[in-house]
Amino acid sequence: MTAASGIASGQAARPPALWAPILKDAVLAALVAVLLALPLVGLQTYDIGGGALGIRTHFDWVALAGATVFAGRLALRVVDRLYRSREQRGSAVLARLAVWGSRQMLPITLVGIGFAVALPFLPFSSRYLIDLGTTVLIYVMLGWGLNVVVGLAGLLDLGYVAFYAVGAYTFGLLAQDLGFTFWEALPFSGLVAASFGVVLGFPVLRLRGDYLAIVTLGFGEIIRIVLLNWAPVTGGPNGIGEIPRPSFFGLPFARSAPEGVTTFHQFFGLEFSPDHRVIFLYFVILAMALVTNLFTLRIRRLPVGRAWEALREDEVACRALGINPTTVKLSAFAIGAMFGGFAGCFFATRQGFISPESFTFIESATILAIVVLGGMGSQMGVVLAAILLVSLPEFGRALAEFRMLIFGAAMVGVMVWRPRGLISHREPTLRLGTVRVR
Amino acid sequence: MAYFLQQLINGLTLGSIYGLIAIGYTMVYGIVGMINFAHGEIYMIGAFISIIAFLVLGLAGVTYVPLALAIVLLITMFFTSIYGWAVERIAYRPLRGSFRLAPLISAIGMSIFLQNYVQIFQGARVKPMPPLVQGGFTIFESGGFAVRLSYLQLFIMLLTLVLMIGFTTLIATTPLGRAQRACEQDMRMAALLGVDIDRVISLTFVMGAALAAVAGLMVTLYYGVVDFFIGFLAGVKAFTAAVLGGIGSLPGAMLGGILIGLIEAFWSGYFSVEYKDVSVFVVLILVLVFCPTGLLGRPEVEKV
Repeated sequence: MTAASGIASGQAARPPALWAPILKDAVLAALVAVLLALPLVGLQTYDIGGGALGIRTHFDWVALAGATVFAGRLALRVVDRLYRSREQRGSAVLARLAVWGSRQMLPITLVGIGFAVALPFLPFSSRYLIDLGTTVLIYVMLGWGLNVVVGLAGLLDLGYVAFYAVGAYTFGLLAQDLGFTFWEALPFSGLVAASFGVVLGFPVLRLRGDYLAIVTLGFGEIIRIVLLNWAPVTGGPNGIGEIPRPSFFGLPFARSAPEGVTTFHQFFGLEFSPDHRVIFLYFVILAMALVTNLFTLRIRRLPVGRAWEALREDEVACRALGINPTTVKLSAFAIGAMFGGFAGCFFATRQGFISPESFTFIESATILAIVVLGGMGSQMGVVLAAILLVSLPEFGRALAEFRMLIFGAAMVGVMVWRPRGLISHREPTLRLGTVRVR
Repeated sequence: MAYFLQQLINGLTLGSIYGLIAIGYTMVYGIVGMINFAHGEIYMIGAFISIIAFLVLGLAGVTYVPLALAIVLLITMFFTSIYGWAVERIAYRPLRGSFRLAPLISAIGMSIFLQNYVQIFQGARVKPMPPLVQGGFTIFESGGFAVRLSYLQLFIMLLTLVLMIGFTTLIATTPLGRAQRACEQDMRMAALLGVDIDRVISLTFVMGAALAAVAGLMVTLYYGVVDFFIGFLAGVKAFTAAVLGGIGSLPGAMLGGILIGLIEAFWSGYFSVEYKDVSVFVVLILVLVFCPTGLLGRPEVEKV
């Protein structure tokens, strides 16, 4: 990092440790930390009743913050000096892991899918665990959907939750007003969400990357505010309730069915158990997520998929080669939106109730965090990040409270240390000279 | 007519606040070329620090309002500037020269982090603040409807005006301002000519944060409530203001801020309060699609 370590990397001998600047640096960092923490951590406001505020002091926490930063900064700088550069070392381990992972992709994938399929039948599995797995899979699916837009096409979409919401509300409204079932509504959810993607994408896709991000954010908020305020249609803040549950090829999951309808447990001669539906929902979302993944993997090899990745790398070059950026981006946007819509439809049937509260910006940010932390473009990374994100609060209340804090910090950390994601290993999809003909 | 005038005054007040935040966006964009998504949170932190400073002063027995205001203003600007500096140092500086979306993603992470940080240490509840500056003039009265300009609104507009004049002078005449303009035009060339780029960028963030802190203080006084989530919406609106005025242009940011304030005030006055935030987002999308350079901006040429 510093000039000294830069020279040192060229020579065999380690430079003499110069402790004074390191110490000074650490003291300065600690001072800044104390100043940062003093007003917001050291002085805590709280209600004292009657609409007034009181102040509690927590100077011990401020001291703790200072000490932590001092120690952390010192350790970082020392490691920095003793080894060549922490960046290279840390990255080397992760990069090796990523290379190994990409070589062993097939077995890892098979084991992962096998585990996911077997999960409900494993001895330690419980209703709670399957529920958790379903939530993880929703986020995996959303992550894979957004990965098409962010990871492959390189368009930063900060309003992805809008398509999720559109999918959910499409099913909610179709079920409420026209009596559609989950399976009948599913294609419509995807279709409507994709059309919204096109409608939004058409005017804005000419914009530069960061402008596009802000416009999508605005679009996400517009959708949410409209859902919140258009009460006659969307039910406003009360949302839509009593959304029908999915059936197993026409067999409902119920204790008793009306005349002439066979329920799932009657048909298969099983004892009735509410777990059946939970397990079924789990498999539905598993299948949907896998279809999303398969689709993405296949489309990457089609011309349009190649064009996405080419566009991400260099738009000017693509234009020069005759690719129409608007259509190519639009297709990525629409396909990503479609998967968001499918996931939204599933979300609606799983919850049985939807309201605008489930579709805030923080949800978009969460999905984006999953994609970014997993390594943009990496399918496996999304799974790991989703598992981490959803299961973190389950390890304790403290972690639940700090979950988004940790995620925000992790997003910054990943960008600073490994901008291509934690375990991403990016091979060019095509190489000149070594093209294998399949 | 009276109602129109009242909305005009409200809009100008609101617009002054948005303008102050927008300057932070526009300066950073002009020099570093990134959207500092965490700037809204910096403003939120400014609002929190100001409320805490008022409480501490109240406990310390400072009751003379103008003195308290001045002290709080300085304290808030000081501590918030450190936040602005630290955010740049931690989340953006290591990313200079990385791929283009990296700083934006890092900024979103920073924004999530700061929001949750304030929520954890200060609580998620709305923080109330008793009105400090009361009273005002009645400018005009017709048909039982009085147009009022409160002292607070006057204070906000005047302070904004003073800050803007001071700030423009700073950019136009001081060596630091010259360095900033040089960096905006060509960062590499400026570095070759001996401008300390890191220092200029740091100071840009510090200045943006100080102005956002003033905006935070104003909002605390004006609305009397603060919570950890105010930064998001205000940030988006101020960014819209910066884009509308032409990103990279200082007078543009102020003009855009005032326009956005007026649009919001008139929209909620004449159409619907529920959709007032939609109006701003619609303006943002329309400006970006039809006139991406904004009112006072320069067109951007993409070079290979």
